[in-house]
Amino acid sequence: MDNVLAFGAASGQAGRVDALFVMIAVIGGFFFFLTQGLLIYFAVKYRRRLPDRDNETPAITGNPLLEFLWILIPSIVVVVIFYYGWRVYTDQRIPAAGATEVHVTARQWMYEIRYPDGRTAINEIRVPAGKPVKFLLSAADVLHGFYLPDFRVKMDMIPGRVTTLWVQPDRPGSYQIFCTVYCGTGHSNMLAKLIVMSPHEYEEWVEHGGREGDEGGEHEPLVVRGERILSNAGCLNCHAVEGKEKIGPNLRGLHGSKVPLEGGKSVTADEEYLRESIVDPGEKVVKGYPNVMPTYKASMPPDDVRAVVEYLKTLK
Amino acid sequence: MEGVGRMEAEGNGRGYLSERGWKSWAFTLDHKRIGAMYLWTTTVFFLIGGVFALLLRLELLSPQARYFSNHTYNVFFTLHGAMMIFLFIIPAIPSGLGNFFIPLHIGARDVAFPRLNLASYWVFAAGFLVIIGSLVAPMDTGWTFYTPYSAKSAAAVTTLSLGIFLIGMSSILTGLNFIVTIHKLRAPGMTWHRLPLFIWGMYSTSIIQVIATPVVGVTFLLLAAERIFGVGFFDPTKGGDPVLFQHFFWFYSHPVVYVMILPAMGIVSEVIPVFSRKPIFGYKAIAYSSVAIALGGFLVWGHHMFTSGMSPLANAIFSLMTFFVAVPTAVKVFNWTATLYRGSITFEAPMLYALTFIFLFIVGGLTGPFLGALATNVQLHDTYFVVAHFHYTMMGGTVMGFLAGLHYWFPKMTGRMLNEKVARVAWALIFVGFNVTFFTMFILGVRGMPRRYAEYLPKFHTENVISTIGSAVLAAGILVMCWNFLQGLRKGAPAPANPWRALSLEWRAASPPETENFPEIPLVTEWPYGYGTPKG
Repeated sequence: MDNVLAFGAASGQAGRVDALFVMIAVIGGFFFFLTQGLLIYFAVKYRRRLPDRDNETPAITGNPLLEFLWILIPSIVVVVIFYYGWRVYTDQRIPAAGATEVHVTARQWMYEIRYPDGRTAINEIRVPAGKPVKFLLSAADVLHGFYLPDFRVKMDMIPGRVTTLWVQPDRPGSYQIFCTVYCGTGHSNMLAKLIVMSPHEYEEWVEHGGREGDEGGEHEPLVVRGERILSNAGCLNCHAVEGKEKIGPNLRGLHGSKVPLEGGKSVTADEEYLRESIVDPGEKVVKGYPNVMPTYKASMPPDDVRAVVEYLKTLK
Repeated sequence: MEGVGRMEAEGNGRGYLSERGWKSWAFTLDHKRIGAMYLWTTTVFFLIGGVFALLLRLELLSPQARYFSNHTYNVFFTLHGAMMIFLFIIPAIPSGLGNFFIPLHIGARDVAFPRLNLASYWVFAAGFLVIIGSLVAPMDTGWTFYTPYSAKSAAAVTTLSLGIFLIGMSSILTGLNFIVTIHKLRAPGMTWHRLPLFIWGMYSTSIIQVIATPVVGVTFLLLAAERIFGVGFFDPTKGGDPVLFQHFFWFYSHPVVYVMILPAMGIVSEVIPVFSRKPIFGYKAIAYSSVAIALGGFLVWGHHMFTSGMSPLANAIFSLMTFFVAVPTAVKVFNWTATLYRGSITFEAPMLYALTFIFLFIVGGLTGPFLGALATNVQLHDTYFVVAHFHYTMMGGTVMGFLAGLHYWFPKMTGRMLNEKVARVAWALIFVGFNVTFFTMFILGVRGMPRRYAEYLPKFHTENVISTIGSAVLAAGILVMCWNFLQGLRKGAPAPANPWRALSLEWRAASPPETENFPEIPLVTEWPYGYGTPKG
């Protein structure tokens, strides 16, 4: 199975989807070889033998029994496939009791995560293994998607609605999340991770206030902390440090440079400008770029903003 | 114009092409000339849409943005989709080959409303001009126009949708014209069960065009009202619903895939018997299955929206209906295959393309159940699996059917024969290139690569490179084919009236046909598939 699908199924649910996939593949394969086989066999066997004269061909115009059979048999086959597809799907849609809930709000181009206890995160969802998780999905601006390929499920994220999806992750690991509903320029950069931790590690992580064991201690240098926050907060989905520009301006060399703004003015990128652009990005929009960055006022405490600014200053 | 050609015997001069000058084209009421104008126009857009496809494949050679920005990539896939769908694949066979051959097939001198027919073309032309005009702020919403993105986008969404609105109007007028033509202008003795199957396909298609197209027109009006006047039909902050747009859109856009495929199936049903020297197997099954597909196609639009938050019950009903639309399609494939049995088969280019249609359509058809079944749909929806499935049915199906038709009727339309050897080289390149390009996408989809991604994870790199190589081979094949068409037009050997020894009525007209099509309206005494030796 793993060889066929390249991903291992990450849950029992996903295993059942794979079994359905294989069932359809086997039935489809049978009909593939039957129809293509006959097509090619007839085409070769009944090719015209003499260059200038047709073979004797019979005037067969049909056969009611054959017509009946090849309406009946496909009808039965499709009903069987429909039935299994529906059953596996129905099981997917009924959430198991006692599921951990995680709220996910998508916006261009990031996922904002909120846990019931008030913790927040961006583009990274952490859950304990062995317990069902229910995602409550919504979107802030346009349609987005929430696709967990390893779990064989996805659900659209719709402004003004809450859609749900649940999975039961069996094994610890890091699983990809893709946005699957086209949402604009940064669509293909809108990536996130579902990190499934062993229950023990998860407990520890929660006790640390949502930080890994040794990271984020009191003595962590500001620059190191800033770099970590920059990559965790989804900044790099839109801002490249090196190379080709993504949606927003590149970050290297930004500090101290002269930045042209929409409306004709320009500003020198000092500490205050960098801070303001994180917590109130709509205030000074760089010329030639869309005004799409969300505010980090609520999701990034002032200490973290300071750390990010200090890190940006090192990118010369 | 009166009487020109009527008194002349076949094969002298250039028939309907004899008049010269742009006015003879722009104001023509001849269905053949209007059909030819559609064919030229749609073929040009096919090539432009193909160039966009090649640019997409070029960018996807590397996982990171290399040649174009993400925004440019998004514009390219939008234009590729919009042009291929609205300016090529919907009008090419119905308005192009349909216009040319419906009257010839049923033994009429023209369509029922020649002036309306000319108007349809010019409304179509206005549509594509508006669409070209929208390129000043090229749209990046995807050809599906999903709200709220399309409602908020600063690009020329309103202009592009106006263009498609006009194209839709042209499509409705053409459909109406064909329905009346097929009902009222059949030659004496041309009963419904003596109609060529191409006509059954076109008839079913016309019904869909007339019923479904107004819905997409209304949808675009609502979208325009939202963008211009701020009415919140689809805006949740004003009490609207973005998913409503998807329902409206797919209520048109699903039936319209049958507008694309049914005429192509009609062409295949014409070509297979001629080159097998056998009567079509199961005439009534093929004819009625077209109508069944056309009607059933209206009840399955929800299968594009299984992950949009519809209720599980609605999803289940749409899934079941979807599977039942598959049955009449399978019936056609079985009947075509049975037609080959004990035939005397030759493999000229039209037959090669018709057999390729069946071959690729079986792949497209058998990958359908993965998407029709709910649980696997939830896995594969919006991945490259869907892209592959769609291209196997639409390019492997409709485009191959279209090419079969072009090669089959080229002698009739132009009065010249094509170079058969060059046609085979082109076919081989297209066949290989197509499969390398698109089969790879099934694998990408199963491995989880989402569609419409300008950049992708490095683990998908190999398949993308293979697919791009395939697209280059495919493009080479298309170029060789175009060159062959142009050479054939300029210096192909003169075509006899009936080079394929076919029995349908168009081959009784001269090659190219006279303006009046037939010297006398033919009297029809039998069906057009009387090949083979009757028993006893």
